Amino acid sequence: MNGLLISCLLIPMITAVASFVVPASATTRGLISVVGSTLLLLLSGVVLYQVATHGPLSNQMGGWPAPMGITLVVDMLSALLIVVTAIVAVCVSLFAIDDVSEERIEGGFFTFLNMLIAGVVGAFITGDLFNLYVWFEVMLISTFALLVLGGNKVQLDGAVKYVAINLISTVLLLAAIGLLYGLTGTLNMADLSVRVPQVENQGLVSVVAVLFLIAFGIKAAVFPLYFWLPASYHTLPISVTAVFAALMTKVGIYALMRTFTLIFPADNEAINATLLYLGLVTMVLGVFGAMTHSDIRRILAFHVIGSIGFMLVGMGLGSALAMGAAIFYMLHGILIKALLFMIAGIVGKLGGSFELSKLGGLYQERPGFSMVFLLAALSLIGIPPLSGFWAKVLVLEAGLHHDAALVVTVVVLASLLTFIPLIRIWSEAFWKAKPIDAVVGTDAAHHKNPPTKTFAKPDHCSWLPVLGLSAIMILFGLLPGKVIEWSDVAAEGLLTPTRYMETVMQTTAIPDSGEVQ
Amino acid sequence: MEILLSLLVGVLMSVGVWLILSRNLVKFLFGLVLISNVANLIIFIVGGLTTGAPALIVDGGTEQYANSLPQALVLTAIVIGFGLVSFTLILALKAYQAIGTVNVEEMNLAEKRPDAEQTV
Repeated sequence: MNGLLISCLLIPMITAVASFVVPASATTRGLISVVGSTLLLLLSGVVLYQVATHGPLSNQMGGWPAPMGITLVVDMLSALLIVVTAIVAVCVSLFAIDDVSEERIEGGFFTFLNMLIAGVVGAFITGDLFNLYVWFEVMLISTFALLVLGGNKVQLDGAVKYVAINLISTVLLLAAIGLLYGLTGTLNMADLSVRVPQVENQGLVSVVAVLFLIAFGIKAAVFPLYFWLPASYHTLPISVTAVFAALMTKVGIYALMRTFTLIFPADNEAINATLLYLGLVTMVLGVFGAMTHSDIRRILAFHVIGSIGFMLVGMGLGSALAMGAAIFYMLHGILIKALLFMIAGIVGKLGGSFELSKLGGLYQERPGFSMVFLLAALSLIGIPPLSGFWAKVLVLEAGLHHDAALVVTVVVLASLLTFIPLIRIWSEAFWKAKPIDAVVGTDAAHHKNPPTKTFAKPDHCSWLPVLGLSAIMILFGLLPGKVIEWSDVAAEGLLTPTRYMETVMQTTAIPDSGEVQ
Repeated sequence: MEILLSLLVGVLMSVGVWLILSRNLVKFLFGLVLISNVANLIIFIVGGLTTGAPALIVDGGTEQYANSLPQALVLTAIVIGFGLVSFTLILALKAYQAIGTVNVEEMNLAEKRPDAEQTV
């Protein structure tokens, strides 16, 4: 199965090129992207199956044996994340066909989207630290392009902040990698895991660890480094926001998980405590931030930050149980954020605005769609039996297991408070009557116009991914057993990475080489 | 040489940080350029400096050779950094043309509470 892992990278790249060079209409380009991502989804399914049955897979690039060359390696965590990434890619490609303006598609929207996916997948499957940095850059430059594509003033303003802070994070990451290489003489993560404990100057190792924490913390929007996120996400076309909200921060979390279990020992109390408290603060501030806003996109952007808090708490508690909870939360978080932002996009299209005071009456007009939103919102809040419930219960269970009263209190409180902004969206945008009298200040002529364009019908391309993703989320909630099992396997793999290391270090004999036929 | 370069790293870093703290977007960018070069220098120095030796081992040679990996890494980082910086410069130019200022304090269009219009 040598070509399997590299194909996961090649497919989005080829799709990226194809969706640009093929002289075709915007819709066709979108369809190319959909086909490409579907292929990626199938392939990632195969990878997940292989990993679930045979354990981690690895592939040595260019035939150089492990610590010398670049290794691609997929364990359970990476496999799960690639599958979820591919699902998001399919949904967003489909959604974007209608949502993104023709001008942006001409400008290469689908190209950058697919390069972004390639970067994300690359970051998930690489086993080499410097290569991880390169994938982060691939991802970063694609996000930059998506940020400014077809940009108006507001978008450029948001982009400046996003770019500035992310470049700082990049430089810190590069410096940290350089220092770590200087200390150990290797960049292979499995090799680093052996060599870092042997370094004499452990003080310097801690400094490097903090550099990594800051660099990935910025990417993951961890308190106090999250201010770029609510400053930029709401300025973008909703398809872009959906992808960013779903994937970008989670890649940061993935990188944190990987570095702070594999490279820096997972049982480091100081680091775990830091992660835990940062997580708690992030969670609370994310939820409070969501309450203060009245633009649906900004409310959801703050929820992204809040959910990052939950994952950090899971990491910070440090046991396999808690790590499993964090991983489950991450999978749930990626899908639900993509879904909610796409729903927000439809709300914006139906209502003509993202501002709660200008919306209303959606329930009367479209009860079915309202139910879709309600389901997604309840899932995010954590109402049983939806997926968010399991995610939160797992984090709580881990908290109880560790007798961490503070954690349990804050998690329960934050979950409760998540309720308020989402129910506000429900009551304002869906339940209340259309705001004819709510906007007293505007003239009558203004009101004549909205109804004509207000309830414009989004096409199938918008409904299909939303309904599909909703179905996945419902299944996710009703049958969480398998996913929880996988998450726990992934967590075990992170905390006791012997199989991961064996897979990486193996020179020629790859465990499933018999399977190729 | 190591000491000299380490000092250079320190000086460049402090100048870079000072520039980054500026409210002027252009100064900020210059700061960023300096700091990204600091990161490149760090990689270069920690790899160990070797003078007057080839990066590749000559056939069967036991002679001194320079570690070529840091050089490859730095090269990659420079190329990536170059791309990012040129993108960011253009972004700053575009932002200046659209918003009419390089003072980041006044760049707050995206932060505004949308009591004002915000259309889809």
